Amino acid sequence: MPAKGVEIAGVSRAFGDVVALSGMDLAVGRGEVVAVVGPSGCGKSTLLELVCGLLRPDAGTVASEPAVLMPQRDLLLPWSSALDNAALPLVVRGESRGAARERARPLFGQLGLAGFEAARPHELSGGMRQRVAFLRTLLAGKPVLALDEPFASLDALTRSQMQEWLEGALAREPRTVLLVTHDVEEAVVLADRVVVMSPRPGRVVGELDVGLPRPRARTSSDVVALRERALEMLG
Amino acid sequence: MTRARQLAWPVLLALALLGAWEAYARLGGVDDFLLPAPTQVGEALWVDRGLLWDDFLVTAQEVVLGIGVALVAGIACAVALHFSPLLRRATYPLLVASQTIPIVVIAPLLVVWLGYDLAPKLAIIGLICFFPVTVTALDGLRGVDPELRKLMRTLDASRWQAFRRVEAPAALPSLLSGAKIAVAVAVIGAVLAEQAGSSEGLGHLILQAIPQFETARAYAAVVVLSAFAVTLFGALTLAERRLVPWAHRSQGDPA
Repeated sequence: MPAKGVEIAGVSRAFGDVVALSGMDLAVGRGEVVAVVGPSGCGKSTLLELVCGLLRPDAGTVASEPAVLMPQRDLLLPWSSALDNAALPLVVRGESRGAARERARPLFGQLGLAGFEAARPHELSGGMRQRVAFLRTLLAGKPVLALDEPFASLDALTRSQMQEWLEGALAREPRTVLLVTHDVEEAVVLADRVVVMSPRPGRVVGELDVGLPRPRARTSSDVVALRERALEMLG
Repeated sequence: MTRARQLAWPVLLALALLGAWEAYARLGGVDDFLLPAPTQVGEALWVDRGLLWDDFLVTAQEVVLGIGVALVAGIACAVALHFSPLLRRATYPLLVASQTIPIVVIAPLLVVWLGYDLAPKLAIIGLICFFPVTVTALDGLRGVDPELRKLMRTLDASRWQAFRRVEAPAALPSLLSGAKIAVAVAVIGAVLAEQAGSSEGLGHLILQAIPQFETARAYAAVVVLSAFAVTLFGALTLAERRLVPWAHRSQGDPA
């Protein structure tokens, strides 16, 4: 087992009377891609915000290498170009706009966004917007990526293209990834390990090691079998 | 063609109103000193054009500078209130209360304090326009999507960076709406300020024309003021299209 990127032990968190997480344990190895699946409202987003330090737990401990959140919505700034949106984390950290653009530009080429640098967010398709948002997340320069249902708002065809794209992007830019999704197939296709959560209050009810070679076809019998097992765990 | 059609309705409506006004003033037995007919106002516009132009230049300068004062003060105040919740709680009620003071009550005081020059006019216009600017700018700053704030936090943005990169641009459309409201009230403010103590400007012209039974001239001054306000409003609308084009598109998530 590699050194830990994220380690969560006995974490509980409530919002008023609503208990989002209760006794949650989760460890993600450095460089590992872990998908968390669970029913809606099981505290998946809360889990990511805890990992990113945006929330504090009521009980238990959260230890993580620096983590950046990619929220469910792309949240691109409508007044900035795609390139400036991706370079936002660099500018925010004090780099000049020119230097930030020069660092972001090569990634546009490598990750299939060449030619869209000057486009405004409203000119981009939903899939392209998610790519720019993911680039922005990468350029935050943190070892852990917390992805909150990054493709939930996309249609099925675009979603499967984006999953392939994300796989390629992570092969180029390896990171520790905690991917929250309600799409079991997406979890099996993308992750090294799938963690299944219970309905609220959320905690881990099962785990699957995927251990299949990449790229994985969603129609392969191994993927389908793992998907069935994950769905059984969800109940 | 469509443009001409769009213009047709407002033009027709204006002509109908002017026609009704003309008929009432001519045939309704109303004294000319009380209500001049539009044709008489038009005549005054032409005959008194030199007078109107000189006074217009004075008033226009007051209005433009006054709006400038209101924008600077209003934005500074909105930013201060945005950054300090304590200040906001303490002074917001006072700010609202300040708007209920009729300007005519304090205008003489300002004239005594600041003299008969430009200063009291800027103070009065600034006071009137300050409120819409402050309120709309503050609402814009506070109304930023909470998810965007969260995003800036996860990118380790400082409070200042979050303001500069997200809150300030996001507040710009509502600030411009405030400026549009300010333009309309600034013109009224200038007239009030000139009537409180001045020897020039369109407000002064109106004040003098009425006791001289030159009512048509007073109405001509009003026409000039309205045209000026509409022009400024139009200029701000153009600025809006250039500065904040995103605000006029649907801003939702990708379909």
